[in-house]
Amino acid sequence: MKILTGNDLKTGAVTWWTGVGWSLDVNDSADVGEHGAAIIAREEGARNVFAAYVIDGEKTAEGVRPAHIKDRIRALGPTVRPDLTLKPADPEAVNWVI
Amino acid sequence: MVEVQFRFRSDEAVNDPAVTVDAFAEQTNATAVRVEPGDDAHALLPHLDRLRLIEVNFPAWTDGRGYSSARILREAGFGGEIRAVGDVVIDMLSHLKRCGFDAFAPDKPLNPADAEAAFKRWDNVYQATADGRQPIWALRHQG
Amino acid sequence: MYKYDQYDQQMVDTRVAEFRDQVRRRIDGELTEDQFRPLRLQNGLYLQLHAYMLRVAVPYGTLNSTQMAMLGDIADKYDRGYGHFTTRQNIQYNWIKLEDTPDILADLASVEMHAIQTSGNCIRNISSDQYAGAASDEVIDPRPYAELLRQWSSFHPEFLTLPRKFKIAVIASDTDRAAMRLHDIGIQMVRNPNPENGAGEIGARFYVGGGMGRTPMIGPMIRAFVPLDQLITYSEACLRVYNRHGRRDNKYKARIKILVHELGKDEYTRQVEEEFQHLLDQGIEPPLAELERIGQYFADPAWETGLSDELDLSDPDFRLWAERNCHAHKQAGYVIATVSLKPVGGIPGDATADQIRLMARIAKDYSFDELRVTHAQNIVFPHLRKADLYAVWRMLDEAGLGTANLDTVGDIIACPGLDYCSLANARSIPIAQKISERFGSPAKQAEIGELKLKISGCINACGHHHAGHIGILGVDRKGVENYQLLLGGCEGADTSLGQITGPGFDEDGIVDAVEKATEVYLANKQGEERFLDTYRRIGMAPFKEAIYG
Repeated sequence: MKILTGNDLKTGAVTWWTGVGWSLDVNDSADVGEHGAAIIAREEGARNVFAAYVIDGEKTAEGVRPAHIKDRIRALGPTVRPDLTLKPADPEAVNWVI
Repeated sequence: MVEVQFRFRSDEAVNDPAVTVDAFAEQTNATAVRVEPGDDAHALLPHLDRLRLIEVNFPAWTDGRGYSSARILREAGFGGEIRAVGDVVIDMLSHLKRCGFDAFAPDKPLNPADAEAAFKRWDNVYQATADGRQPIWALRHQG
Repeated sequence: MYKYDQYDQQMVDTRVAEFRDQVRRRIDGELTEDQFRPLRLQNGLYLQLHAYMLRVAVPYGTLNSTQMAMLGDIADKYDRGYGHFTTRQNIQYNWIKLEDTPDILADLASVEMHAIQTSGNCIRNISSDQYAGAASDEVIDPRPYAELLRQWSSFHPEFLTLPRKFKIAVIASDTDRAAMRLHDIGIQMVRNPNPENGAGEIGARFYVGGGMGRTPMIGPMIRAFVPLDQLITYSEACLRVYNRHGRRDNKYKARIKILVHELGKDEYTRQVEEEFQHLLDQGIEPPLAELERIGQYFADPAWETGLSDELDLSDPDFRLWAERNCHAHKQAGYVIATVSLKPVGGIPGDATADQIRLMARIAKDYSFDELRVTHAQNIVFPHLRKADLYAVWRMLDEAGLGTANLDTVGDIIACPGLDYCSLANARSIPIAQKISERFGSPAKQAEIGELKLKISGCINACGHHHAGHIGILGVDRKGVENYQLLLGGCEGADTSLGQITGPGFDEDGIVDAVEKATEVYLANKQGEERFLDTYRRIGMAPFKEAIYG
């Protein structure tokens, strides 16, 4: 699947396009198909997000998994500070990245 | 021709068509020239007395070669108009002025209030340049 | 330490107002991201993997306790309770909000700090020797010259849109502790070597065109002696030639090292000298009185005299730390102590807000209100009384800051890598953690002795891997992290660039390879040789054989 990610303009937080808006959770990502560029143009124009780009992802049993390690680290948080990731209580979360 | 939006000179506006640096070398009657980022401003120094206007082009504002061109011209004593043209943005204005630009013709007109704030931003400056302002080190040791 | 006067304060305050206005224009939509990016970068504001990152300047690595405490408070108030000290003596925060940034800059300005030009294609924060003003081997304190250059380079109107970033280091001893020759301009303050012309006076030796990155180069000397009353003029000439002729067609060839390399040192020097002769008549040089004014702020603190050099080393843990992390001071009875931000298994260069404030308090109470940040991502107390050393170490140790590993295999330089950095290809920090754990025992570290290990998560080399006795470079091999090993790099007076051993390794493989390299060293070591000395004597072959054989 093609998923769309960017950063919130005011906070810088990593966000994922859900089909209707933006979420901090990669698992909310929608498949944007061929519409990524148009959504980026609209959403960046409205300053909802910036530095947005389309990536390959995969729908798995556990949720949406970005194809590249860089985007998996963006989705979770720094692997060396599990306490600061989106899943601070899950000691296995870091293994999802690698 | 793009309009001059800001001008800090009291003499009459110059509207002579600007020729390229290469063409200028051939045309003994040209009074205005346009300097591109890759041009060597030194090539103009023997002819400054017949120039009224030197345009310095910024195809992209992040290419800063034009700042050096303007300073080289002012340091050689050029007193005519040095006009910044092209991708001129608000946040360059005061730095351009410090390097000797005294006219500004941005491709896209700038917000006048933001531009005014930008020109007036720095009450003092750390460096001596061709703009004649007293740098902070001079203020510290005057008198 | 330097103190701002009304002018310096006005400059940083004006910058805060300017950036507040730029942020407003960005949020209001007057500026697109493409237009805003160069502006925010010149204020040290990046977009990293997880959020905005703010890099705060620590000019020439020197700061007072009030400033250090503010760095801790900012970590709590605007970030997530910690900061990361960098290889250019700065500090960066990883979780910054754009809308908070003007307020952070205002807080910094209230203690005479800023984030001016800590990124972008301009003259960056000027780095220096972390032992400046305290070490006995310097000819003079280099920091007044660095401060003069700081003011000259701040908002220099001609040099804010250079072909690429520009880093300057200023040192004043033959023992180069700042990797001076790996900077765009490296300046060494020296005594005039020319006996006919004012021999013995202080001046500046210029090295230009060094750097790391994807094309590492050791900067050649272009002028053996620039008199103090021409320092700014000469620097301006170096920059003008670069601004006009540095390559702008290819970002990867835009650093001054490529210009100097392509023109040749002699032709670059000729052009600089020609520009310099022209600029000498332009009146751009501050008077020597300005250097004297600045220099007064760097006068020696009021040392106590007649202090004993005795140290009670009966506590074995303290003894280890005192012998490993302390350096001789020029004043009897005092010592320079380095706080290692490299605990076993820790994140190199990270410190919590509480740790930062503790170091601020110690500096205030015991080190004449001064601290230094080192390019090896540690903190220095430059002026401790030996009589206070044990008490200071106890406080540090209780806060997890008492690690005794300066310049050993545990004292690893590592960039943030793919855990934080949007440019990285591989993670650096987990490698550093694993290596520091593998070599965690003090006995092992003592056996191996001085070994500078440096890790970069991409070819930009923020982790200085080219200059490590052992260097590690993380690369992306078809979406999988892979690590190359380099041997024989060195910063300092005998600067050399590391050589790649061969094919790369995975995360565990690189740790094994490092261990094998240390085994080759221990098996071949003669006398007091360091790892680097043995490598230079026996060459790459025995290491390769052990690692790949």
